[in-house]
Amino acid sequence: MRLSQLAGRRLVAGIPILWLIVLFMIPFLIVFRISFSEVRLAIPPYTPLITWHHGSPSLEVHWSAYKFLFTDSLYISSYLYSLKVAAVSTLCCLLLGYPMAYAIARAQPSVRSVLLMLIILPFWTSFLLRVYAWIGLLKNNGVINNVLLYLHVIKEPLALLQTDFAVYIGIVYSYLPFMILPLYANLEKHDPALLEAAADLGARPFTAFRRVTLPQSLPGILAGSLLVFIPAVGEYVIPTLLGRTDQIMIGRVLSDEFFENRDWPVASAVAILILLILVIPIMLFQRAQRRELEGAS
Amino acid sequence: MSTPAPIPAADPAYVRIANVTKKFGDFTAVDNVSLDIQRGEIFCLLGGSGSGKTTLLRMLAGFETPTSGSIRIDGTDMSTIPPYERPVNMMFQSYALFPHMSVEKNVAFGLEQEGLTRAEVARKVAEILDIVKMGGFGARKPHQLSGGQRQRVALARALVKRPKLLLLDEPLAALDKKLREHTQFELINIQQRMGVTFVVVTHDQEEAMTLGTRLGVMNHGRIVQVGSPSDIYESPANRFVADFIGSVNMFEGQVSQEGPEGVRISCAEVGTTVRADRAVTCSRGATVWTAIRPEKITIRRSQPAAAAGENVLRGTVREIAYMGDLSIYLVQVESGKMVRVTLPNTMRGGERPIAREEKVWLSWHGSSPVVLTE
Repeated sequence: MRLSQLAGRRLVAGIPILWLIVLFMIPFLIVFRISFSEVRLAIPPYTPLITWHHGSPSLEVHWSAYKFLFTDSLYISSYLYSLKVAAVSTLCCLLLGYPMAYAIARAQPSVRSVLLMLIILPFWTSFLLRVYAWIGLLKNNGVINNVLLYLHVIKEPLALLQTDFAVYIGIVYSYLPFMILPLYANLEKHDPALLEAAADLGARPFTAFRRVTLPQSLPGILAGSLLVFIPAVGEYVIPTLLGRTDQIMIGRVLSDEFFENRDWPVASAVAILILLILVIPIMLFQRAQRRELEGAS
Repeated sequence: MSTPAPIPAADPAYVRIANVTKKFGDFTAVDNVSLDIQRGEIFCLLGGSGSGKTTLLRMLAGFETPTSGSIRIDGTDMSTIPPYERPVNMMFQSYALFPHMSVEKNVAFGLEQEGLTRAEVARKVAEILDIVKMGGFGARKPHQLSGGQRQRVALARALVKRPKLLLLDEPLAALDKKLREHTQFELINIQQRMGVTFVVVTHDQEEAMTLGTRLGVMNHGRIVQVGSPSDIYESPANRFVADFIGSVNMFEGQVSQEGPEGVRISCAEVGTTVRADRAVTCSRGATVWTAIRPEKITIRRSQPAAAAGENVLRGTVREIAYMGDLSIYLVQVESGKMVRVTLPNTMRGGERPIAREEKVWLSWHGSSPVVLTE
């Protein structure tokens, strides 16, 4: 009985661990290993890690891929651009999402479930389709320009597509639910008596929000921000479809290196560097989560 | 004649609640309540759940606005004053301490809103924490405190601004019995030291009796009776109050004789005539109720030397509950009705106690029954 219980427990924990090892850890190690090789015209298209000279093995580690990333300004500017786009989008999501999450958390329970449903509703349509729909809205003879022209607000169509603005719209639109849901989960737990207590002690509504609601919702803000920021940094589809052609994001660089240049080592190095940049916020996220769990107990 | 009426400086009513009604949709939570609360007293609003006592308290704090009527505190009409500008502080039933702030920060919160200097805030916080005996706990977070300690912090936070009026919502409900008794006396102590007017909401009649200098009993959104604890216990205004406060034996009967020296009521329900030595405004033949407290009934084995058939009953002991300090006897009288009698256990060991199934005589003094007409 106890043994089978133990076996069952191991199985439950084991399946996700196995999943992570096979589908995450091993591919990561392969990418990591490729990033330390050089391109060659062969299959596979990179130098082996271990070569044999007169029967004895020698380790061949090349840093050239990483060096290359810092010599060509394309990479650095793509990284910085990606971080900027992700940061601005995250901020916009936060500014839009916080009031929405707050309103949902404060709504009547019956209305609340409907509002939550509306937040999740876009997921029922394909992500790609929704981004394509934005092309239809933003392009020169798209819906927005046509309406503005018809209303004589503008004389000639605005260049909306293939701008930073279009990328922000696309990312904010696509990732907003990921900001709202953790914020809602946090705000919904707040005790309304705390705001009454703050008012009772002489705090005006804004002060009460700043000193009571906001500090307590920090874990939610952090969770939502990371859930938006992390995928936004590596976003490929939205900037490719809606964004500028003169300045690309790092996800596009990565894909181009693999599929256009067939330079696997540089592509791998790009990927590893993205990971390093993102590991820091992920660690922050986990720390925040742990703190919230401790606070709740 | 055009000079505005001066606000009387020595208005005995510190808080004046006038014809206040609060409706939530179709539900009337507070129904035309008028009430005066004096400076420096501890006024207890006592009632069951849904009696409107908490709604009334929340209107004093400003969290709810009256549907009609007015509330004045120290002569100022409160109807347009938001909670954060009222000279009132509240101690919440859940304590509502800010979980992300230390004890010190919690207590300092109210002072910081007044724009005091840091040093002043720190001094006042330290002073009030000493008063509630939480001096060494300033750096703790609320979740690191016990229930009793949290209660003290909540009290300190509400008192530190020296409010004119302190509202306490079920202040002792979350404490266990021993701590509750101890805290009751401490609350009274602090109230007297600081000279703050307290309005306490509670459903616990014992708490109300010990804390309150005056009580207001509420039922269905109305104030049923206002008076001192002994007024309410000894002279309840009606059957609801008599029944709600303490336990009581209630006999229905008809007035058979009435005069300035008292009334006689024949209670067929128990088969005796109840004589009450107090004038009651009622007419002969009217249906009234007599309420007799269990501790005011004497229980004995021999027939008492009272006027035959008046204020005396014969019955059989059916249950005895030994409570330590007193014993409760449930006596079934000859008509079949149960009568509750309590007897203090004054002697240790003592004579042979009355046992179950024993035949006994119950009697009471003519001053004991309260005659209720409604």
